[in-house]
Amino acid sequence: MARAKVKRASTVIDMTAMCDVSFLLLTFFVLTATARQPEALEVDTPASVTQVKIPDDKLGMVTVGDGGKLFFGVKGPQIRTRMLETMSENYNIQFTEEEKARFALMDEFGVPMHNLKQLIAMDMEQRAKPGLQPGIPSDTTNNLSNEMYHWIHAARTATAALYNEQMRISIKGDANEKYPDIKKVIDILQDQNLNRFSLITKLKGGVEAISGDEE
Amino acid sequence: MAELNQDSGGGKKGGKVRSKKQGGRVDLTAMVDLAFLLITFFMLTTSLNKPNAMDVTVPDKNKDDLEDRLEVADDRTTTILLAGDNKIVWYSGMFDTPLEGPETVDYGAEGIRKVLLRRLAEVPQRTGEDLIVVIRPSDDATHRNLVDILDEMKIVNAQKFSLGNILEIENEFLRQHNLLSN
Repeated sequence: MARAKVKRASTVIDMTAMCDVSFLLLTFFVLTATARQPEALEVDTPASVTQVKIPDDKLGMVTVGDGGKLFFGVKGPQIRTRMLETMSENYNIQFTEEEKARFALMDEFGVPMHNLKQLIAMDMEQRAKPGLQPGIPSDTTNNLSNEMYHWIHAARTATAALYNEQMRISIKGDANEKYPDIKKVIDILQDQNLNRFSLITKLKGGVEAISGDEE
Repeated sequence: MAELNQDSGGGKKGGKVRSKKQGGRVDLTAMVDLAFLLITFFMLTTSLNKPNAMDVTVPDKNKDDLEDRLEVADDRTTTILLAGDNKIVWYSGMFDTPLEGPETVDYGAEGIRKVLLRRLAEVPQRTGEDLIVVIRPSDDATHRNLVDILDEMKIVNAQKFSLGNILEIENEFLRQHNLLSN
């Protein structure tokens, strides 16, 4: 049947609006993407099938790597300031307001208490130099010599005082780190009656994760 | 907005010779493609970059009595020793009088997972209660081993497991089998 030839609609679509929207989204994602901070201690975390992401705030993180060096970091500048104040009381080291402000911007650190002032005075590139920070001293006691214990304790009390909430604590260990070094951190946590914590892992990709879910 | 000359697509043979306006319609397809590609990239990197957190609960530490142990029937337990060299030694019951094992296996689907799945199936049948898995890392175990075995607990859906300290006789056993260096 002969049909009257319908005039075909033009295939050219006006892309302007689509382009606008996509660039708006693009701008949004670019801006919200947090630039990766240079880590004071690079660790290669082991992989697991866990899919729970780490929380963004009220989190303390103990990094274990490079042969048992301990680093500590807390999310949230206010908690950090409060934590430093507690620590300066404990160890009788005074910090100026400027030093406190600079410390509040430090994500992670790993120096003994008496070297902290020097570390604060450095700029970010210097701090990130590998091997510069020797790690936070720790031992099996709860005395002042176990600085790691006191940092964690100060961070927990600061979080509790500021937000009235428990701070979550996680251990970020290098995959090749020997167990006794990890155990040392677990023991420090247990000494504070902290029996729940999390281990930071990266996502295990590929076949094994999928076959594992079927079980 | 951007449609500057609406009638440019028609191609009519008008009598008037119009001077063609420069740059009326720009083909935005490629630009949109690129924009969406970048959106996808940034979306994925913002969420995928974040590490995962594996929750661990350890039993309360009793400082006064280090030998404080909960008494459980020995046919309910399976003990996993994380030895060096990425090996696992497992046994059921007590180490002195093992009901099964000790046997050396590997990590992963072919090794410890099979054992755990079998034990998880047979223990509730026999005793009516859940299997208890005791994980004891040796000094030669790496952090990767620990995460792997905890991961395995999640994969086989073992509800009851705990992290304990390795005993000296177990260390001795591992040394005899060249699975512990010191």
